[in-house]
Amino acid sequence: MIGLDVGRLFAVARKEAREYRRTPFIIGAMAVLPLIFMINPVITIFAIGATVKAATVSKAVGATFLVLLVVPAIIPASIAAYSVVGERDQGTLEPLLTTPVRRGEILIGKALVAAVPAVGIAYILFAVAVILAHFFAGNPTVAATLTEGSHILAQVLFAPLLAVWSIGVGTAISARSSDVRVAQQLGTLASLPPLAATALVSFQIVPLGVWTAVGFGLGLLVIDIAMWRGVVATFDRERLITGSRAQRARGVGADSHEVRRIQA
Amino acid sequence: MVSHLTKRFGDRSAFEDVSFEVAHGEVFGFLGPNGAGKTTTVRTLGTLIAPTSGSAVVAGIPLSAATGAEIRQLISIMPENPGLYLRLTVQENLELFAGLYGLHSPRARIDAALETVNLAPRARDLCGRLSKGLRQRVGLARALLSDPLVMFLDEPTSGLDPVASRDVHDLIAGLRQRGVTVFLTTHRLEEAERLCDRVAILNTRLLDVGPPEQLRMQLFRSSLVVETAARLPAPEAVFTPEMGVDTWTREGDATYVLSVAEPRMAAPRVTRALVAAGADVVSIAVSHHSLEDVYLELVEADPEAGR
Repeated sequence: MIGLDVGRLFAVARKEAREYRRTPFIIGAMAVLPLIFMINPVITIFAIGATVKAATVSKAVGATFLVLLVVPAIIPASIAAYSVVGERDQGTLEPLLTTPVRRGEILIGKALVAAVPAVGIAYILFAVAVILAHFFAGNPTVAATLTEGSHILAQVLFAPLLAVWSIGVGTAISARSSDVRVAQQLGTLASLPPLAATALVSFQIVPLGVWTAVGFGLGLLVIDIAMWRGVVATFDRERLITGSRAQRARGVGADSHEVRRIQA
Repeated sequence: MVSHLTKRFGDRSAFEDVSFEVAHGEVFGFLGPNGAGKTTTVRTLGTLIAPTSGSAVVAGIPLSAATGAEIRQLISIMPENPGLYLRLTVQENLELFAGLYGLHSPRARIDAALETVNLAPRARDLCGRLSKGLRQRVGLARALLSDPLVMFLDEPTSGLDPVASRDVHDLIAGLRQRGVTVFLTTHRLEEAERLCDRVAILNTRLLDVGPPEQLRMQLFRSSLVVETAARLPAPEAVFTPEMGVDTWTREGDATYVLSVAEPRMAAPRVTRALVAAGADVVSIAVSHHSLEDVYLELVEADPEAGR
Protein backbone atom coordinates (compact mmCIF):
# COMPACT_ATOMS: atom_id res chain seq x y z
CA MET A 1 0.00 0.00 0.00
CA ILE A 2 3.10 2.20 0.02
CA GLY A 3 3.69 4.67 -2.79
CA LEU A 4 0.09 5.39 -3.74
CA ASP A 5 -0.38 7.87 -6.56
CA VAL A 6 -3.14 10.32 -5.70
CA GLY A 7 -3.86 11.03 -9.38
CA ARG A 8 -4.50 7.36 -10.16
CA LEU A 9 -6.49 6.91 -6.97
CA PHE A 10 -8.63 9.90 -7.92
CA ALA A 11 -9.08 8.56 -11.46
CA VAL A 12 -10.44 5.27 -10.09
CA ALA A 13 -12.70 7.07 -7.60
CA ARG A 14 -14.07 9.43 -10.24
CA LYS A 15 -14.85 6.53 -12.55
CA GLU A 16 -16.67 4.71 -9.74
CA ALA A 17 -18.68 7.82 -8.84
CA ARG A 18 -19.67 8.35 -12.46
CA GLU A 19 -20.79 4.74 -12.80
CA TYR A 20 -22.87 4.88 -9.60
CA ARG A 21 -24.48 8.11 -10.70
CA ARG A 22 -25.66 6.42 -13.88
CA THR A 23 -26.90 3.26 -12.15
CA PRO A 24 -30.45 3.89 -10.95
CA PHE A 25 -30.45 0.74 -8.78
CA ILE A 26 -27.56 1.98 -6.65
CA ILE A 27 -28.94 5.49 -6.29
CA GLY A 28 -32.37 4.05 -5.50
CA ALA A 29 -30.98 1.68 -2.85
CA MET A 30 -28.95 4.48 -1.27
CA ALA A 31 -32.05 6.67 -1.09
CA VAL A 32 -34.60 4.08 0.06
CA LEU A 33 -32.61 2.03 2.58
CA PRO A 34 -31.90 4.97 4.92
CA LEU A 35 -35.57 5.95 4.85
CA ILE A 36 -36.50 2.41 5.92
CA PHE A 37 -33.94 2.49 8.70
CA MET A 38 -35.34 5.83 9.94
CA ILE A 39 -38.78 4.34 10.60
CA ASN A 40 -37.80 2.70 13.88
CA PRO A 41 -36.01 5.72 15.38
CA VAL A 42 -38.89 8.03 14.46
CA ILE A 43 -41.47 5.71 16.05
CA THR A 44 -39.29 5.39 19.15
CA ILE A 45 -38.88 9.11 19.48
CA PHE A 46 -42.58 9.79 19.19
CA ALA A 47 -43.77 6.76 21.18
CA ILE A 48 -41.92 7.52 24.39
CA GLY A 49 -44.27 9.37 26.66
CA ALA A 50 -43.34 12.22 29.01
CA THR A 51 -43.67 10.04 32.11
CA VAL A 52 -41.42 7.19 30.90
CA LYS A 53 -38.47 6.59 33.22
CA ALA A 54 -34.94 7.58 32.19
CA ALA A 55 -33.69 3.97 32.25
CA THR A 56 -36.38 2.89 29.78
CA VAL A 57 -35.60 5.87 27.56
CA SER A 58 -31.96 4.93 27.59
CA LYS A 59 -32.75 1.37 26.47
CA ALA A 60 -34.99 2.60 23.66
CA VAL A 61 -32.39 5.08 22.49
CA GLY A 62 -29.78 2.28 22.56
CA ALA A 63 -31.89 0.18 20.20
CA THR A 64 -32.32 3.20 17.94
CA PHE A 65 -28.61 3.74 18.03
CA LEU A 66 -27.98 0.19 16.80
CA VAL A 67 -30.45 0.60 13.92
CA LEU A 68 -28.66 3.77 12.84
CA LEU A 69 -25.34 1.90 12.84
CA VAL A 70 -26.69 -0.79 10.53
CA VAL A 71 -26.84 1.83 7.76
CA PRO A 72 -23.08 2.37 7.20
CA ALA A 73 -22.58 -1.41 7.33
CA ILE A 74 -25.38 -2.38 4.96
CA ILE A 75 -25.32 0.38 2.33
CA PRO A 76 -21.80 -0.17 0.95
CA ALA A 77 -21.88 -3.97 1.31
CA SER A 78 -23.53 -4.85 -1.98
CA ILE A 79 -21.62 -2.10 -3.82
CA ALA A 80 -18.29 -3.45 -2.55
CA ALA A 81 -19.32 -7.01 -3.33
CA TYR A 82 -20.00 -5.98 -6.94
CA SER A 83 -16.81 -3.95 -7.31
CA VAL A 84 -14.38 -6.60 -8.60
CA VAL A 85 -16.57 -9.43 -9.85
CA GLY A 86 -18.72 -6.84 -11.63
CA GLU A 87 -15.68 -5.49 -13.48
CA ARG A 88 -14.68 -9.03 -14.43
CA ASP A 89 -18.24 -9.75 -15.54
CA GLN A 90 -18.36 -6.80 -17.94
CA GLY A 91 -14.81 -7.39 -19.21
CA THR A 92 -13.34 -4.17 -17.83
CA LEU A 93 -11.05 -5.72 -15.23
CA GLU A 94 -8.30 -6.85 -17.59
CA PRO A 95 -7.89 -3.49 -19.36
CA LEU A 96 -7.80 -1.82 -15.93
CA LEU A 97 -5.08 -4.18 -14.71
CA THR A 98 -2.94 -3.59 -17.81
CA THR A 99 -2.32 -0.02 -16.68
CA PRO A 100 0.34 1.10 -14.16
CA VAL A 101 -2.32 1.38 -11.45
CA ARG A 102 -1.39 -0.41 -8.22
CA ARG A 103 -3.78 -2.64 -6.37
CA GLY A 104 -3.88 -0.27 -3.39
CA GLU A 105 -4.98 2.56 -5.68
CA ILE A 106 -7.76 0.46 -7.16
CA LEU A 107 -8.94 -0.77 -3.77
CA ILE A 108 -8.84 2.59 -2.01
CA GLY A 109 -10.35 4.43 -5.00
CA LYS A 110 -13.27 2.02 -5.05
CA ALA A 111 -13.61 1.96 -1.26
CA LEU A 112 -13.71 5.74 -0.94
CA VAL A 113 -16.64 6.08 -3.28
CA ALA A 114 -18.57 3.39 -1.44
CA ALA A 115 -17.64 4.66 2.05
CA VAL A 116 -18.17 8.41 1.75
CA PRO A 117 -21.91 8.31 0.91
CA ALA A 118 -22.53 5.50 3.44
CA VAL A 119 -20.86 7.36 6.30
CA GLY A 120 -22.38 10.66 5.17
CA ILE A 121 -25.87 9.16 5.16
CA ALA A 122 -25.27 7.59 8.60
CA TYR A 123 -24.26 10.97 10.04
CA ILE A 124 -27.21 12.69 8.39
CA LEU A 125 -29.64 10.10 9.81
CA PHE A 126 -28.18 10.57 13.28
CA ALA A 127 -28.49 14.33 12.93
CA VAL A 128 -32.10 14.00 11.76
CA ALA A 129 -32.86 11.72 14.72
CA VAL A 130 -31.37 14.27 17.13
CA ILE A 131 -33.31 17.15 15.53
CA LEU A 132 -36.58 15.19 15.62
CA ALA A 133 -35.98 14.25 19.24
CA HIS A 134 -35.13 17.83 20.18
CA PHE A 135 -38.20 19.40 18.61
CA PHE A 136 -40.86 16.69 18.61
CA ALA A 137 -40.14 14.03 21.25
CA GLY A 138 -42.70 13.93 24.05
CA ASN A 139 -39.98 13.11 26.57
CA PRO A 140 -37.08 15.57 26.83
CA THR A 141 -34.75 12.79 28.05
CA VAL A 142 -34.72 11.30 24.55
CA ALA A 143 -32.86 14.25 23.01
CA ALA A 144 -30.58 14.51 26.03
CA THR A 145 -29.67 10.81 25.80
CA LEU A 146 -29.04 10.95 22.07
CA THR A 147 -26.76 13.97 22.38
CA GLU A 148 -24.65 12.59 25.21
CA GLY A 149 -20.98 12.95 24.38
CA SER A 150 -20.42 9.19 24.45
CA HIS A 151 -23.27 8.59 21.97
CA ILE A 152 -22.01 11.20 19.53
CA LEU A 153 -18.45 9.92 19.86
CA ALA A 154 -19.60 6.34 19.28
CA GLN A 155 -21.59 7.35 16.24
CA VAL A 156 -18.69 9.34 14.80
CA LEU A 157 -16.20 6.53 15.40
CA PHE A 158 -18.29 3.44 14.66
CA ALA A 159 -19.95 4.55 11.42
CA PRO A 160 -16.74 4.81 9.33
CA LEU A 161 -15.18 1.74 10.96
CA LEU A 162 -18.25 -0.38 10.23
CA ALA A 163 -18.33 0.95 6.67
CA VAL A 164 -14.63 0.13 6.20
CA TRP A 165 -15.22 -3.41 7.46
CA SER A 166 -18.21 -3.87 5.22
CA ILE A 167 -16.38 -2.57 2.14
CA GLY A 168 -13.26 -4.58 2.84
CA VAL A 169 -14.99 -7.88 3.38
CA GLY A 170 -17.27 -7.21 0.40
CA THR A 171 -14.28 -6.49 -1.83
CA ALA A 172 -12.48 -9.65 -0.65
CA ILE A 173 -15.55 -11.75 -1.47
CA SER A 174 -15.87 -9.96 -4.80
CA ALA A 175 -12.24 -10.68 -5.71
CA ARG A 176 -12.70 -14.41 -5.03
CA SER A 177 -16.18 -14.80 -6.49
CA SER A 178 -17.18 -15.62 -10.05
CA ASP A 179 -20.86 -14.77 -9.68
CA VAL A 180 -22.15 -11.27 -9.01
CA ARG A 181 -25.32 -12.43 -7.20
CA VAL A 182 -23.49 -14.78 -4.85
CA ALA A 183 -20.91 -12.09 -4.11
CA GLN A 184 -23.59 -9.55 -3.21
CA GLN A 185 -25.48 -11.94 -0.95
CA LEU A 186 -22.34 -13.05 0.87
CA GLY A 187 -21.07 -9.48 1.05
CA THR A 188 -24.23 -8.25 2.74
CA LEU A 189 -24.14 -11.17 5.17
CA ALA A 190 -20.48 -10.66 5.99
CA SER A 191 -21.02 -6.96 6.73
CA LEU A 192 -23.08 -7.74 9.83
CA PRO A 193 -20.77 -9.47 12.40
CA PRO A 194 -19.13 -6.29 13.75
CA LEU A 195 -22.60 -5.02 14.59
CA ALA A 196 -22.62 -7.68 17.31
CA ALA A 197 -19.93 -5.66 19.08
CA THR A 198 -21.91 -2.46 18.81
CA ALA A 199 -25.01 -4.33 20.00
CA LEU A 200 -23.24 -4.94 23.32
CA VAL A 201 -23.12 -1.19 23.77
CA SER A 202 -26.55 -0.47 22.31
CA PHE A 203 -28.29 -2.95 24.59
CA GLN A 204 -26.21 -1.69 27.51
CA ILE A 205 -24.63 -5.08 28.18
CA VAL A 206 -21.50 -2.96 28.20
CA PRO A 207 -22.32 0.53 29.54
CA LEU A 208 -21.53 3.23 26.99
CA GLY A 209 -19.05 5.84 28.09
CA VAL A 210 -16.39 7.84 26.35
CA TRP A 211 -13.67 5.30 27.07
CA THR A 212 -15.91 2.37 26.12
CA ALA A 213 -16.58 4.08 22.79
CA VAL A 214 -12.88 4.70 22.26
CA GLY A 215 -12.05 1.11 23.26
CA PHE A 216 -14.60 -0.40 20.91
CA GLY A 217 -13.46 2.00 18.20
CA LEU A 218 -9.86 0.86 18.61
CA GLY A 219 -10.97 -2.76 18.55
CA LEU A 220 -12.85 -2.22 15.28
CA LEU A 221 -9.86 -0.36 13.89
CA VAL A 222 -7.53 -3.30 14.62
CA ILE A 223 -10.01 -5.72 13.04
CA ASP A 224 -10.36 -3.44 9.98
CA ILE A 225 -6.59 -3.18 9.51
CA ALA A 226 -6.12 -6.96 9.77
CA MET A 227 -9.00 -7.58 7.38
CA TRP A 228 -7.70 -5.06 4.80
CA ARG A 229 -4.28 -6.70 4.84
CA GLY A 230 -6.09 -9.85 3.80
CA VAL A 231 -8.00 -7.98 1.10
CA VAL A 232 -4.79 -6.63 -0.41
CA ALA A 233 -3.33 -10.15 -0.45
CA THR A 234 -6.47 -11.43 -2.15
CA PHE A 235 -6.22 -8.81 -4.88
CA ASP A 236 -3.69 -10.65 -7.01
CA ARG A 237 -3.51 -9.73 -10.71
CA GLU A 238 -2.93 -13.29 -11.89
CA ARG A 239 -5.65 -14.78 -9.73
CA LEU A 240 -8.11 -12.10 -10.82
CA ILE A 241 -7.49 -12.86 -14.50
CA THR A 242 -6.89 -16.59 -14.58
CA GLY A 243 -8.54 -17.76 -11.38
CA SER A 244 -5.31 -19.26 -10.05
CA ARG A 245 -2.33 -17.86 -8.26
CA ALA A 246 1.18 -17.73 -9.70
CA GLN A 247 3.46 -20.65 -8.91
CA ARG A 248 7.13 -20.11 -8.39
CA ALA A 249 9.64 -22.06 -10.37
CA ARG A 250 11.56 -24.74 -8.52
CA GLY A 251 15.25 -25.49 -8.66
CA VAL A 252 16.80 -22.05 -8.66
CA GLY A 253 20.20 -22.04 -10.29
CA ALA A 254 22.35 -19.98 -12.58
CA ASP A 255 20.34 -20.94 -15.64
CA SER A 256 17.00 -21.64 -14.11
CA HIS A 257 15.52 -18.26 -15.11
CA GLU A 258 13.40 -18.20 -12.04
CA VAL A 259 10.83 -15.48 -12.22
CA ARG A 260 8.94 -14.52 -9.14
CA ARG A 261 5.32 -13.59 -9.03
CA ILE A 262 4.76 -10.24 -10.66
CA GLN A 263 2.98 -8.06 -8.27
CA ALA A 264 2.78 -4.35 -7.82
CA MET B 1 13.43 -10.20 -26.04
CA VAL B 2 11.89 -13.42 -24.79
CA SER B 3 14.11 -16.28 -23.64
CA HIS B 4 12.90 -19.79 -22.80
CA LEU B 5 9.67 -18.44 -21.41
CA THR B 6 7.26 -21.03 -20.01
CA LYS B 7 3.92 -20.75 -18.30
CA ARG B 8 2.21 -23.71 -16.66
CA PHE B 9 -1.08 -23.88 -14.83
CA GLY B 10 -0.62 -26.96 -12.69
CA ASP B 11 0.28 -29.80 -15.06
CA ARG B 12 -0.93 -27.97 -18.14
CA SER B 13 1.44 -25.86 -20.22
CA ALA B 14 -0.03 -22.67 -21.62
CA PHE B 15 3.20 -22.19 -23.57
CA GLU B 16 6.57 -23.88 -23.31
CA ASP B 17 10.16 -22.73 -23.84
CA VAL B 18 9.27 -19.80 -26.08
CA SER B 19 12.14 -17.61 -27.31
CA PHE B 20 12.11 -14.78 -29.83
CA GLU B 21 13.15 -11.17 -30.27
CA VAL B 22 11.15 -8.23 -31.55
CA ALA B 23 13.02 -5.22 -32.90
CA HIS B 24 12.11 -1.64 -32.05
CA GLY B 25 9.44 -0.35 -34.43
CA GLU B 26 8.65 -3.80 -35.80
CA VAL B 27 5.15 -5.14 -36.44
CA PHE B 28 5.39 -8.66 -35.09
CA GLY B 29 2.60 -11.14 -35.79
CA PHE B 30 1.71 -13.86 -33.32
CA LEU B 31 -0.24 -16.68 -34.92
CA GLY B 32 -1.55 -19.97 -33.66
CA PRO B 33 -4.66 -22.07 -33.25
CA ASN B 34 -7.13 -21.60 -30.40
CA GLY B 35 -5.53 -22.61 -27.10
CA ALA B 36 -2.01 -22.26 -28.48
CA GLY B 37 -1.02 -19.87 -25.67
CA LYS B 38 -1.07 -16.59 -27.60
CA THR B 39 -3.21 -14.63 -25.15
CA THR B 40 -1.36 -16.08 -22.15
CA THR B 41 1.93 -15.02 -23.75
CA VAL B 42 0.61 -11.50 -24.21
CA ARG B 43 -0.66 -11.44 -20.62
CA THR B 44 2.72 -12.64 -19.41
CA LEU B 45 4.65 -10.05 -21.38
CA GLY B 46 2.11 -7.46 -20.24
CA THR B 47 2.97 -8.35 -16.59
CA LEU B 48 -0.54 -9.52 -15.82
CA ILE B 49 0.59 -13.05 -15.02
CA ALA B 50 3.97 -14.37 -13.99
CA PRO B 51 5.93 -16.84 -16.08
CA THR B 52 6.75 -20.19 -14.50
CA SER B 53 10.28 -19.98 -15.87
CA GLY B 54 12.32 -18.13 -18.46
CA SER B 55 13.02 -14.45 -18.84
CA ALA B 56 11.91 -11.54 -20.97
CA VAL B 57 12.76 -7.91 -21.55
CA VAL B 58 9.76 -5.76 -22.43
CA ALA B 59 10.19 -2.16 -23.63
CA GLY B 60 13.81 -2.39 -22.50
CA ILE B 61 12.95 -3.44 -18.94
CA PRO B 62 13.55 -6.95 -17.58
CA LEU B 63 10.34 -8.67 -16.57
CA SER B 64 10.47 -9.18 -12.82
CA ALA B 65 8.50 -8.90 -9.61
CA ALA B 66 9.61 -5.32 -9.11
CA THR B 67 9.20 -3.92 -12.62
CA GLY B 68 5.53 -4.67 -13.37
CA ALA B 69 4.22 -1.12 -12.94
CA GLU B 70 7.24 0.35 -14.75
CA ILE B 71 6.68 -1.90 -17.77
CA ARG B 72 2.95 -1.25 -17.80
CA GLN B 73 3.69 2.48 -17.96
CA LEU B 74 5.53 1.98 -21.27
CA ILE B 75 3.22 -0.48 -23.00
CA SER B 76 -0.44 -0.78 -23.78
CA ILE B 77 -2.55 -3.85 -24.30
CA MET B 78 -5.79 -3.98 -26.22
CA PRO B 79 -7.58 -7.24 -25.41
CA GLU B 80 -9.89 -8.85 -27.98
CA ASN B 81 -12.85 -7.54 -26.00
CA PRO B 82 -12.10 -3.83 -25.55
CA GLY B 83 -13.73 -3.90 -22.09
CA LEU B 84 -15.18 -0.41 -22.00
CA TYR B 85 -17.30 1.02 -19.21
CA LEU B 86 -20.60 1.07 -21.02
CA ARG B 87 -22.28 3.57 -18.68
CA LEU B 88 -19.52 6.10 -19.29
CA THR B 89 -19.01 8.20 -22.38
CA VAL B 90 -16.13 7.66 -24.77
CA GLN B 91 -14.38 10.67 -23.28
CA GLU B 92 -14.94 9.52 -19.69
CA ASN B 93 -13.48 6.12 -20.52
CA LEU B 94 -10.40 7.78 -21.92
CA GLU B 95 -10.19 10.22 -18.98
CA LEU B 96 -9.97 7.25 -16.62
CA PHE B 97 -7.07 5.74 -18.52
CA ALA B 98 -5.36 9.12 -18.95
CA GLY B 99 -5.51 9.39 -15.16
CA LEU B 100 -4.19 5.86 -14.63
CA TYR B 101 -1.21 6.55 -16.90
CA GLY B 102 -0.66 9.91 -15.17
CA LEU B 103 -0.67 11.78 -18.47
CA HIS B 104 0.11 15.47 -18.61
CA SER B 105 -2.37 17.50 -20.70
CA PRO B 106 -4.87 14.62 -20.76
CA ARG B 107 -7.46 16.58 -22.72
CA ALA B 108 -5.07 17.16 -25.63
CA ARG B 109 -3.99 13.50 -25.61
CA ILE B 110 -7.59 12.32 -25.57
CA ASP B 111 -8.49 14.61 -28.45
CA ALA B 112 -5.46 13.40 -30.45
CA ALA B 113 -6.26 9.72 -29.82
CA LEU B 114 -9.88 10.23 -30.85
CA GLU B 115 -8.80 12.08 -33.98
CA THR B 116 -6.47 9.20 -34.88
CA VAL B 117 -9.32 6.69 -34.81
CA ASN B 118 -11.84 9.13 -36.34
CA LEU B 119 -14.04 9.20 -33.26
CA ALA B 120 -13.82 12.84 -32.22
CA PRO B 121 -17.50 13.54 -33.02
CA ARG B 122 -18.61 10.64 -30.79
CA ALA B 123 -16.63 11.71 -27.69
CA ARG B 124 -19.75 12.43 -25.65
CA ASP B 125 -21.63 9.27 -26.63
CA LEU B 126 -22.16 6.57 -24.04
CA CYS B 127 -20.03 3.55 -24.94
CA GLY B 128 -23.04 1.31 -24.40
CA ARG B 129 -24.68 2.93 -27.41
CA LEU B 130 -21.79 2.34 -29.81
CA SER B 131 -21.58 -0.47 -32.35
CA LYS B 132 -18.96 -3.20 -31.92
CA GLY B 133 -16.75 -1.59 -34.54
CA LEU B 134 -16.86 1.77 -32.80
CA ARG B 135 -16.14 0.17 -29.43
CA GLN B 136 -13.11 -1.48 -30.97
CA ARG B 137 -11.97 1.93 -32.15
CA VAL B 138 -12.42 3.36 -28.64
CA GLY B 139 -10.26 0.47 -27.41
CA LEU B 140 -7.61 1.45 -29.91
CA ALA B 141 -7.81 5.10 -28.89
CA ARG B 142 -7.35 3.99 -25.29
CA ALA B 143 -4.30 1.92 -26.27
CA LEU B 144 -2.82 4.92 -28.11
CA LEU B 145 -3.47 7.35 -25.28
CA SER B 146 -0.25 6.82 -23.36
CA ASP B 147 1.94 6.95 -26.49
CA PRO B 148 3.33 3.48 -25.70
CA LEU B 149 6.66 2.06 -26.86
CA VAL B 150 5.07 -1.36 -27.34
CA MET B 151 1.45 -2.07 -28.22
CA PHE B 152 -0.07 -5.51 -27.78
CA LEU B 153 -3.11 -5.85 -30.01
CA ASP B 154 -5.14 -9.01 -29.50
CA GLU B 155 -7.35 -9.67 -32.54
CA PRO B 156 -7.89 -5.95 -33.22
CA THR B 157 -10.12 -6.56 -36.24
CA SER B 158 -12.19 -9.35 -34.73
CA GLY B 159 -15.83 -8.82 -35.65
CA LEU B 160 -15.16 -5.72 -37.73
CA ASP B 161 -16.53 -5.16 -41.22
CA PRO B 162 -14.04 -4.84 -44.10
CA VAL B 163 -14.03 -1.03 -44.06
CA ALA B 164 -13.45 -0.87 -40.31
CA SER B 165 -10.74 -3.56 -40.63
CA ARG B 166 -9.01 -1.52 -43.31
CA ASP B 167 -9.05 1.51 -41.00
CA VAL B 168 -7.38 -0.57 -38.29
CA HIS B 169 -4.80 -1.83 -40.78
CA ASP B 170 -4.03 1.75 -41.81
CA LEU B 171 -3.69 2.65 -38.16
CA ILE B 172 -1.21 -0.17 -37.53
CA ALA B 173 0.76 0.88 -40.60
CA GLY B 174 0.81 4.40 -39.16
CA LEU B 175 2.10 3.09 -35.84
CA ARG B 176 5.01 1.42 -37.62
CA GLN B 177 5.91 4.74 -39.22
CA ARG B 178 5.86 6.36 -35.78
CA GLY B 179 8.32 3.76 -34.48
CA VAL B 180 5.87 1.98 -32.19
CA THR B 181 6.57 -1.72 -31.76
CA VAL B 182 3.36 -3.63 -32.43
CA PHE B 183 2.76 -7.16 -31.17
CA LEU B 184 -0.21 -8.33 -33.19
CA THR B 185 -2.13 -11.46 -32.25
CA THR B 186 -4.47 -12.48 -35.01
CA HIS B 187 -6.29 -15.36 -36.63
CA ARG B 188 -6.46 -13.49 -39.91
CA LEU B 189 -3.48 -14.73 -41.83
CA GLU B 190 -3.90 -12.33 -44.72
CA GLU B 191 -3.85 -9.55 -42.14
CA ALA B 192 -0.60 -10.84 -40.67
CA GLU B 193 0.89 -11.25 -44.13
CA ARG B 194 -0.01 -7.73 -45.11
CA LEU B 195 1.00 -5.96 -41.90
CA CYS B 196 3.73 -7.91 -40.18
CA ASP B 197 7.46 -7.63 -40.73
CA ARG B 198 7.85 -11.02 -39.07
CA VAL B 199 5.50 -13.60 -37.67
CA ALA B 200 5.80 -16.27 -35.00
CA ILE B 201 3.68 -19.39 -35.19
CA LEU B 202 2.87 -20.82 -31.77
CA ASN B 203 1.23 -24.06 -30.79
CA THR B 204 2.17 -24.17 -27.11
CA ARG B 205 5.73 -24.38 -28.43
CA LEU B 206 7.10 -21.92 -30.93
CA LEU B 207 7.01 -23.61 -34.32
CA ASP B 208 8.80 -20.97 -36.37
CA VAL B 209 9.65 -17.29 -36.50
CA GLY B 210 10.57 -15.13 -39.46
CA PRO B 211 9.38 -12.87 -42.23
CA PRO B 212 6.42 -14.45 -44.08
CA GLU B 213 8.50 -14.68 -47.27
CA GLN B 214 11.33 -16.48 -45.51
CA LEU B 215 8.95 -18.98 -43.92
CA ARG B 216 7.49 -19.67 -47.35
CA MET B 217 10.96 -20.25 -48.79
CA GLN B 218 11.88 -22.57 -45.93
CA LEU B 219 8.81 -24.72 -46.31
CA PHE B 220 7.99 -24.69 -49.96
CA ARG B 221 10.25 -24.91 -53.01
CA SER B 222 9.39 -22.40 -55.67
CA SER B 223 7.39 -23.76 -58.53
CA LEU B 224 6.17 -22.79 -61.98
CA VAL B 225 2.72 -23.67 -63.22
CA VAL B 226 2.69 -24.25 -66.98
CA GLU B 227 -0.49 -24.68 -69.00
CA THR B 228 -0.34 -25.73 -72.63
CA ALA B 229 -3.12 -25.94 -75.22
CA ALA B 230 -2.68 -29.73 -75.48
CA ARG B 231 -0.97 -32.46 -73.50
CA LEU B 232 2.77 -32.57 -74.29
CA PRO B 233 3.86 -35.75 -76.08
CA ALA B 234 7.24 -35.89 -74.28
CA PRO B 235 7.31 -33.51 -71.27
CA GLU B 236 10.43 -35.19 -69.86
CA ALA B 237 12.34 -33.88 -72.88
CA VAL B 238 11.33 -30.29 -72.10
CA PHE B 239 11.30 -30.13 -68.30
CA THR B 240 14.97 -31.01 -67.78
CA PRO B 241 17.57 -29.95 -65.22
CA GLU B 242 19.23 -27.92 -67.99
CA MET B 243 16.07 -25.79 -68.04
CA GLY B 244 16.38 -25.32 -64.25
CA VAL B 245 13.64 -27.84 -63.46
CA ASP B 246 14.28 -30.24 -60.58
CA THR B 247 11.08 -32.28 -60.74
CA TRP B 248 7.70 -31.96 -62.40
CA THR B 249 4.17 -33.35 -62.13
CA ARG B 250 1.14 -33.14 -64.38
CA GLU B 251 -2.09 -31.82 -62.90
CA GLY B 252 -5.16 -32.17 -65.05
CA ASP B 253 -4.89 -32.67 -68.78
CA ALA B 254 -2.27 -30.14 -69.83
CA THR B 255 -1.13 -28.36 -66.68
CA TYR B 256 2.34 -29.03 -65.30
CA VAL B 257 3.78 -28.01 -61.95
CA LEU B 258 7.56 -27.64 -62.12
CA SER B 259 9.74 -27.53 -59.02
CA VAL B 260 12.50 -24.99 -59.65
CA ALA B 261 15.25 -23.35 -57.63
CA GLU B 262 15.12 -19.97 -59.42
CA PRO B 263 11.72 -19.24 -60.97
CA ARG B 264 12.91 -16.02 -62.66
CA MET B 265 15.69 -17.88 -64.50
CA ALA B 266 13.74 -21.05 -65.23
CA ALA B 267 10.57 -19.42 -66.63
CA PRO B 268 12.12 -17.92 -69.84
CA ARG B 269 14.13 -21.10 -70.51
CA VAL B 270 11.10 -23.36 -70.11
CA THR B 271 9.03 -21.04 -72.32
CA ARG B 272 11.67 -21.17 -75.07
CA ALA B 273 11.96 -24.97 -74.78
CA LEU B 274 8.18 -25.36 -75.04
CA VAL B 275 8.00 -23.15 -78.13
CA ALA B 276 10.94 -25.05 -79.66
CA ALA B 277 9.09 -28.31 -79.00
CA GLY B 278 6.08 -26.93 -80.88
CA ALA B 279 3.82 -26.58 -77.84
CA ASP B 280 1.20 -23.84 -77.65
CA VAL B 281 1.76 -22.14 -74.26
CA VAL B 282 -1.46 -20.88 -72.67
CA SER B 283 0.13 -19.56 -69.47
CA ILE B 284 3.22 -19.84 -67.31
CA ALA B 285 3.19 -18.47 -63.76
CA VAL B 286 5.17 -18.60 -60.53
CA SER B 287 3.19 -20.51 -57.92
CA HIS B 288 2.71 -18.41 -54.78
CA HIS B 289 2.29 -20.06 -51.39
CA SER B 290 0.38 -17.92 -48.94
CA LEU B 291 1.11 -17.48 -45.24
CA GLU B 292 -1.93 -19.65 -44.73
CA ASP B 293 -0.11 -22.51 -46.51
CA VAL B 294 2.86 -21.98 -44.23
CA TYR B 295 0.66 -21.87 -41.15
CA LEU B 296 -1.26 -25.00 -42.06
CA GLU B 297 1.92 -26.86 -42.96
CA LEU B 298 3.53 -26.03 -39.61
CA VAL B 299 0.51 -26.47 -37.37
CA GLU B 300 -0.73 -29.68 -38.97
CA ALA B 301 2.76 -31.19 -38.91
CA ASP B 302 3.08 -30.36 -35.22
CA PRO B 303 2.48 -33.37 -32.95
CA GLU B 304 0.64 -31.04 -30.55
CA ALA B 305 -1.93 -30.28 -33.23
CA GLY B 306 -4.12 -33.25 -32.54
CA ARG B 307 -4.21 -32.74 -28.80
